[in-house]
Amino acid sequence: MQDGERTSVVRGALQRIGSFLVTLALTFLGLTAVTFLISRLTKIDPVLAIVGDKASNEVYQRTFVALGLDQPVIVQYGAYLKRLLSGDFGVSVLTAQPVLSDLVRVFPATFELATIATIIGVLVGVPAGVIAGARKGRWPDHLVRVVGLFGYSVPVFWLGLVGLFVFYGKLGWVSGTGRLDIFYEDIVTPHTGVILIDSAVAGEWQIFGNAFGHLILPAGILGYYSLAYVARMTRSFMIDQLSQEYVTAARIKGRSFWGAVWLHAFPNILVPLITVIGLSYASLLEGAVLTETVFAWPGLGLYITRALFNSDMNAVLGGTVLVGAVFIGVNLFCDLLYKVFDPRLRNA
Amino acid sequence: MSGNLTQWLMSEAPASRRQAVLGNAWRGLLAIVFNPAALAGLCIVAVLVLMAIFAPQLAGGISPIEQNLASRLAPPSAEHWFGTDELGRDIYARTLHGARVTLTIVMLVSVVVAPVGLAVGTFAGYLGGWIDAVLMRITDIFLAFPRLVLALAFAAALGPGIENAVIAISLTAWPPYARIARSETVTIAKSDFILAVVMQGASTWRVLFKHIVPLCLSSVIVRLTLDMAGIILTAAGLGFLGLGAQPPSAEWGAMVSAGRDVILDQWWVATIPGIAIFIVSLGFNLLGDGLRDVFDPKSS
Repeated sequence: MQDGERTSVVRGALQRIGSFLVTLALTFLGLTAVTFLISRLTKIDPVLAIVGDKASNEVYQRTFVALGLDQPVIVQYGAYLKRLLSGDFGVSVLTAQPVLSDLVRVFPATFELATIATIIGVLVGVPAGVIAGARKGRWPDHLVRVVGLFGYSVPVFWLGLVGLFVFYGKLGWVSGTGRLDIFYEDIVTPHTGVILIDSAVAGEWQIFGNAFGHLILPAGILGYYSLAYVARMTRSFMIDQLSQEYVTAARIKGRSFWGAVWLHAFPNILVPLITVIGLSYASLLEGAVLTETVFAWPGLGLYITRALFNSDMNAVLGGTVLVGAVFIGVNLFCDLLYKVFDPRLRNA
Repeated sequence: MSGNLTQWLMSEAPASRRQAVLGNAWRGLLAIVFNPAALAGLCIVAVLVLMAIFAPQLAGGISPIEQNLASRLAPPSAEHWFGTDELGRDIYARTLHGARVTLTIVMLVSVVVAPVGLAVGTFAGYLGGWIDAVLMRITDIFLAFPRLVLALAFAAALGPGIENAVIAISLTAWPPYARIARSETVTIAKSDFILAVVMQGASTWRVLFKHIVPLCLSSVIVRLTLDMAGIILTAAGLGFLGLGAQPPSAEWGAMVSAGRDVILDQWWVATIPGIAIFIVSLGFNLLGDGLRDVFDPKSS
């Protein structure tokens, strides 16, 4: 590679990262504008929530001014943004704790669930998609299609309930709702908050097993959705690659069919595949909301829905901002990754 | 007679605009009918519509909200085909009436989302320049939002109910339509026939609404059909959390939620409305796949 060429590549990458940061900032601004709008739409009077309905008019007015509600909306939005950036999400009415510390406490549970689900989705979905793409129009292809169609059509909360009914109620193969049985709770010190890691580090294998029994059903169900999406996308990437001439060339030179599939075509779909996996991971964080409600899984989703029913808007919006920020971050990062690693898109 | 009609519809050289339009519709219908999956989807959607229209008749006069605590949580029987729920209401009648709620939400969301997306997309694509840049940047921002969580927050702030659920879903569902409409518009706007009508003195509005929007419609409709399943699932999710249609009206997601506590002993309460949600979203998915194959052979 020539020196000039190399600097132009570096410059291109820097430009891309710069535009990535700008997009990230703009999207985050948009997200906070929407959550701010929601907080203004809510029918709960923020002043009344603080002073109570017995307060005199004077106290009400003073609090009204102290909260900055007499300022123009744009100034209020600025103040809101400033608070968010300094990590001040307000205090949750329900737990009487700062929303940020609540979020830090519940996030690991969701992280654990979504990560195991993604691992299941990738381990099953990628090979299934590759085989379906290679055997297009035969039975493996149809099987993957049916599995995918089912995944796109079935409501996750219902699948969770039916799963509980069958695997917990009837067969007794898995443990019920929650993260642990009640007598195992609060034994291991939560270093990371991820029970599988904490218990393994502490050498508490009984707790590890119990936690696994609780995790496997919700993670399996979420993993199924990830699998449906990953397999479908892998299949279409594979079909694309297998129609290329280099695959025919490899076959002519004596490479076996599956050798050509796995050694020639598969490496070429890795970059778009990483994007797909990232997107599915981000959407699982969101999909966890309903799953956690069904399985009483004490994560972000359950936190948001509980706050919802107690009109705890600080907590709802704090959770929304966190999920939104992670979602946006992963989304845009995958986009960037795709452009950086795919040479054809570098100068696009 | 029927032979003549078919010939008239399939004519390669239509004599009038009406003949051309009807002929295209006929060919599309044939393509769907000869695609078993799409046909199955079409049938499911048709059954859903019939269920919604004739719910009281099909329920045989049983009220979906009449409580009968003496026969609460009764298993499926000749009297109550799908059993009864925790207040002794007939689940068969409630499932039928639930079709009305689902169809209402789906139609309202489509009526909001498609025109908004079309307007944003065609404006951006045809006018170009900074309008394009600003509109598309806003679209991208909304596209990156987490759909369900934002809908949740909106529904929580506005209060529960069908209208608010529709607003919440629509707010997060319009961006893909704007994207599609824009990319179609950019291609169409370069065509000679657009140049011709502009030279004949057509105003921007006339070009947009008479010439560009009609050509964007088919891809928007295909996308809408494919999105229906997602809209139904989001609406059911909101209903499941208690943010959709309010009691006593029968909403499938809320019905599943009501059956949660008794899932281990009375499985039918939660299972049957869930199956209804599944079948309807499956129908829209199948129909959407079929429509895409018909209208856009490239992507299949």
